[in-house]
Amino acid sequence: MANDLGMKERLALGRVHMPELDATVRSRNFEEVNRGLGLEEAVREAKRCIQCKHRPCVEGCPVGVSIPEFLDALAAENLPESARILQGDNALPAVCGRVCPQETQCEAKCVRGMKGEPVAIGYLERFVADWAMANPEKLVKTQLPPATGKKVAVVGCGPAGLTAAGELARAGHGVTIFEALHDTGGVLRYGIPEFRLPKEIIDVEVSRLVAMGVEIECNVIVGKTLTLGELREEFDAVFIANGAGLPTMLNIPGENLKGVYSANEFLTRVNLMEAGRNPHAPTPIIAGRQVAVIGGGNTAMDCVRTARRLGAERAMIVYRRGEAEMPARVEEIKHAKEEGVEFVMLTAPLEIVGTDAGWVAALRCQRMELGPPDESGRRKPVAVAGSEFDLPAEVVVNAVGTRANPLLTATAPALELNRWGNIVADENGATSIPGVYAGGDMVRGGATVILAMGDGKRAAAAINSHLS
Amino acid sequence: MYEILENVILAPNLHRLTVKAPRVANARKPGQFVIVRADRGDERIPLTIGDADPAAGTITLFIQAIGASTLKIVSIPVGGALRDVAGPLGQPTHIENWGRVACVGGGVGTAVLFPLARALAEAGNQVTTIIGGRSEQYIILADELAAFSAEVLITTEDGSRGRKGFVTHALADLIADPARAPRVVLAVGPVPMMRAVAELTRPHGIETVVSLNPIMIDGTGMCGGCRVVVGGESKFACVDGPEFDGHLVDFAGLSDRLTTYRSFEERARHAATECRLAKEVANG
Repeated sequence: MANDLGMKERLALGRVHMPELDATVRSRNFEEVNRGLGLEEAVREAKRCIQCKHRPCVEGCPVGVSIPEFLDALAAENLPESARILQGDNALPAVCGRVCPQETQCEAKCVRGMKGEPVAIGYLERFVADWAMANPEKLVKTQLPPATGKKVAVVGCGPAGLTAAGELARAGHGVTIFEALHDTGGVLRYGIPEFRLPKEIIDVEVSRLVAMGVEIECNVIVGKTLTLGELREEFDAVFIANGAGLPTMLNIPGENLKGVYSANEFLTRVNLMEAGRNPHAPTPIIAGRQVAVIGGGNTAMDCVRTARRLGAERAMIVYRRGEAEMPARVEEIKHAKEEGVEFVMLTAPLEIVGTDAGWVAALRCQRMELGPPDESGRRKPVAVAGSEFDLPAEVVVNAVGTRANPLLTATAPALELNRWGNIVADENGATSIPGVYAGGDMVRGGATVILAMGDGKRAAAAINSHLS
Repeated sequence: MYEILENVILAPNLHRLTVKAPRVANARKPGQFVIVRADRGDERIPLTIGDADPAAGTITLFIQAIGASTLKIVSIPVGGALRDVAGPLGQPTHIENWGRVACVGGGVGTAVLFPLARALAEAGNQVTTIIGGRSEQYIILADELAAFSAEVLITTEDGSRGRKGFVTHALADLIADPARAPRVVLAVGPVPMMRAVAELTRPHGIETVVSLNPIMIDGTGMCGGCRVVVGGESKFACVDGPEFDGHLVDFAGLSDRLTTYRSFEERARHAATECRLAKEVANG
């Protein structure tokens, strides 16, 4: 036991607070909001872990990180060992430490949370991962096993694909990732804003995989540039993780007015193409003084906080249920509120009203009230008659969700799909075609980075046994 | 990197680039497009693939340099390279032997039309090609189109070549002649031209296909920026198109959406032109 504190002393320690950039300052720039812990704070927080025997936190982690072990090494200030454990279990720890919903996963299971506050596992994961990034020369060198001679194609360079690629490379297989966009990271780069996940973190995590021998070919759209059939001829196994697809339309009048964006388009312009945050970026974006974002998930929060940073005086979340029903992370909601985002709750969009010149002028809405729970268990919103009103806006962003992307599956008729067009895969990612595995949003239809990573890890294990 | 093997000026601001892109060349069918970025940090520009040579691993792109990004692309010399070429994207043109077809091209649209017209001719159609431009210097590919067309009709707005007027004038005469009237019309060009062609053929019930080039980013259906209303339904030009039934396209909506970034484009063009001028002045 590396921990020099007794149980009583450990239990007496209170949970650390994440230092944040001041809300007034940060709501006008794209700098990372959470600043990260210092060594002293991190070690102290790691000592709050009581190293309980049944390790419920590990069960709460979709990629099964050996949490008590990496915390124990951190508590002993053995950072190389802590990093070795963490990176061994998780291909993208600096990403997970920033974007995972720990409060519903590892930290929700932490025994310290039953009577007080759980250990800040997410903050510590980020701390150790960032330390590893800053101190590559101090890391324990891991020896790759001899090459197996087997080749695996990974479709999509997002969280699921990167995780699977890392696991497969570590098992000695030759891995090629095919990415449709011109850059790596998938949703980590085009979807998650800089202020939550700086893009250089993706670059470093990806370069770690490349150093392990993973090849990445961008600008390849599987289903268009190459077909699944061609990949199966060239590779011994294929893992499909091509992500979320087409935006779901609102199907309300005015959706094609100038100034109406899907969340995907709005975020891709700003995140991937740097519109509005790099003065030299040639890709434009309509910023808007008043911006209404429709939806209540993390994507909606990312859009509304981005709109604020692009200069919106009034940035609003319009959501048809109440705040308690919002699927967004508690931290995102808190940060958005601190940054001056308005929450227009129990409100559903009816129409986007335009100017004579075809620009967005307002979002016509209707008040809702919560009725009995629906099939998802959430209380179903019911319209209040005669409650229509207009929210003035120049930009409306639709962040209600995405549908399955048909590009790959359209050219692979043997691949079994569900009724929404998502690929059917078992708990190991195996699809209806032997040797073809799938995971992430293309299977789940819209979930989180960490669930996609869990899929990648399990599929890699299954591919590994399939190949040996 | 995708090497540029040829860069030829066909008309003012209109270039033909031959680019090394073996995977795209191998998979491409007529009517599909690629998304191109000249360099790191640049815009993603959708461009129709004019032609492809799978054996040589090359594709041909026709580029009208009208904005800062397209100006940058055409200014890359032979031996230089495009940073990104992604594709082929979109649905291929539906090719069938209808008997008599008319292929109508305006400006750079003629270049997009070229491989489609050839594919239609190869499928056994009798192809009448109508191409138009502002003046003689904007008329491109007339000889190449003549190689497989039953006839090539040329119109210019100033009468400097062929008939004075618009492509619709030539098409109206063609439709009026029972011996030459087409069963299907394929139109590629500026939105007002495609709209005028669709309005002309509508009362005659002649099937009319148009090829759209709206605002888009990823080209894989992800952003939905290229949505266009077709028959009252929102369609994504990048995955459902780029070709649609011209009688069902909401051209007014499409034209209006195309103006979204006009003020940005003008600023960028000014900056690019000033930059060029500054360079020229500096170089004497």
